[in-house]
Amino acid sequence: MTTQTALCPECGGSLTPPSDALVGELIACDDCSAELEITALDPIALELAPEVQEDWGE
Amino acid sequence: MQLGFITSRLRVEEKLLMAALDRMNVPYVRFDDADFDLGLGADELSPRTQELRACDLVWNRSLSFGRAVYTTEILEALGIPSVNSSGIVATCGDKARTSMALERAGVPQPESVVAFTPEGALAAIERMGYPAVIKPVVGSWGRMVARVDDRGAAEALLETRAALGGWQSNVFYVQRYIDKPGRDLRVFVSGDRAIAAIARNSAHWVTNTARGATVEGLPISAELERLALAAARAVSAGARFCQLAIDIVESADGPLVLEVNHSCEFRNSSAPTGVDIPGVLASDVALLLARVSGHTPQRPAAVAATSAMVGGGV
Repeated sequence: MTTQTALCPECGGSLTPPSDALVGELIACDDCSAELEITALDPIALELAPEVQEDWGE
Repeated sequence: MQLGFITSRLRVEEKLLMAALDRMNVPYVRFDDADFDLGLGADELSPRTQELRACDLVWNRSLSFGRAVYTTEILEALGIPSVNSSGIVATCGDKARTSMALERAGVPQPESVVAFTPEGALAAIERMGYPAVIKPVVGSWGRMVARVDDRGAAEALLETRAALGGWQSNVFYVQRYIDKPGRDLRVFVSGDRAIAAIARNSAHWVTNTARGATVEGLPISAELERLALAAARAVSAGARFCQLAIDIVESADGPLVLEVNHSCEFRNSSAPTGVDIPGVLASDVALLLARVSGHTPQRPAAVAATSAMVGGGV
C-alpha cells in the first residue's frame, strides 16, 4: 500500500496509516485519540471503531 | 491446498499470524466474519460461503465468541474442519462450560458455582465465604469480573447484574477467591505440546495484560506442562488439534486452572519467553493443513526448533 493521508471522521484531523496497514486494523487519531477502524485501503477509508462487544475477547 | 483465515477486528496477533503464514508461503484467504451469510440447506450458496467451502481448513481467529462458535459449527456441518473446533470454542468461550469440562476430566480448578437467581448466588457466596469472585459466563479481558468482600457488596452487585437484561445476566458464575502470589501463569498449548509459559504480574487481583499486568517468561516445569495439557485435553473433547492458552493460578493447595482461552493473545509473550509464538502456531496449522488436504506434511524450517524454554523448573 502506498502512503496515503486520511481524515479522522471524528475531528477532521489528518492522519497517515502505517504502510503495512490492513483492513480491519485499528489506529488512533493523533489529534483527538479516537479509535478508528481501517475499512478500505485503496483509497484509504476510516470509520469510528465499534464499541467493544460483550462477547469479544480471547 | 488452501487455508481460510477468519478475523473480525484485526488484533496485533492476527497480523503476526498472517505475517508468519506469509513467511512460510502457506496459501490462505482472509475472511472478515462481518461479511458472512453462511448457507445451510441452500440450493445456492453465497459467493463468500462458496469461497469458504473451497478451503481445506479454516483458522478462526475472530475475537467474537458468538461469531466464532456459529461459524465453526456451520463450517463443520459443511465438512470443513476448523482450528479451534466448534466444541472447543463453545466450551472455552463459556466459563461455566469450561468448569464442567475440567470437572469431568478431574482437572483441579477453583471451587465454582453456577446459580440462576441473585438469592441462589448469594447463598453460594455465603457458603464459600468472603471474598468471592463473580464473573459473567461469557466475556474476556477481565471485563465485569468483580470481587465482593462482604454481603452488602454481593447483594448490590448481584441485583445490578440481574437487572442488566438478557438471559445470561441471570446465569451467575461464582468462584472462590484465590489469594495468589501477585501473579498468575499462562501456558500456550499447540497440538499436544506446551510451547511457552509466562507469569503475569500485577499488584491488582485481576492479572490480565489487558488490565496492565506485566509479563515475564517462565520455564515450563513438568507439573505446569502436565496440568496445561490435561486442561487442553479436557476442553478438546476428542478434537484432534487445539491451540489454547491455559490460565493457571497458584493456590496454597497447588496450581489450579482458572480458564482456557481459545483465541489466545500473545503479543507480549514472545519476547520474554524467547519463543516465536506466532511462528509456532502458524507452523502447526500449516502442518495440519497439509495433512487434511492430503499433502505430505513438512514442518517449515524457520520454526523447527521452538520450545526453547521447555524442560526447566518453575
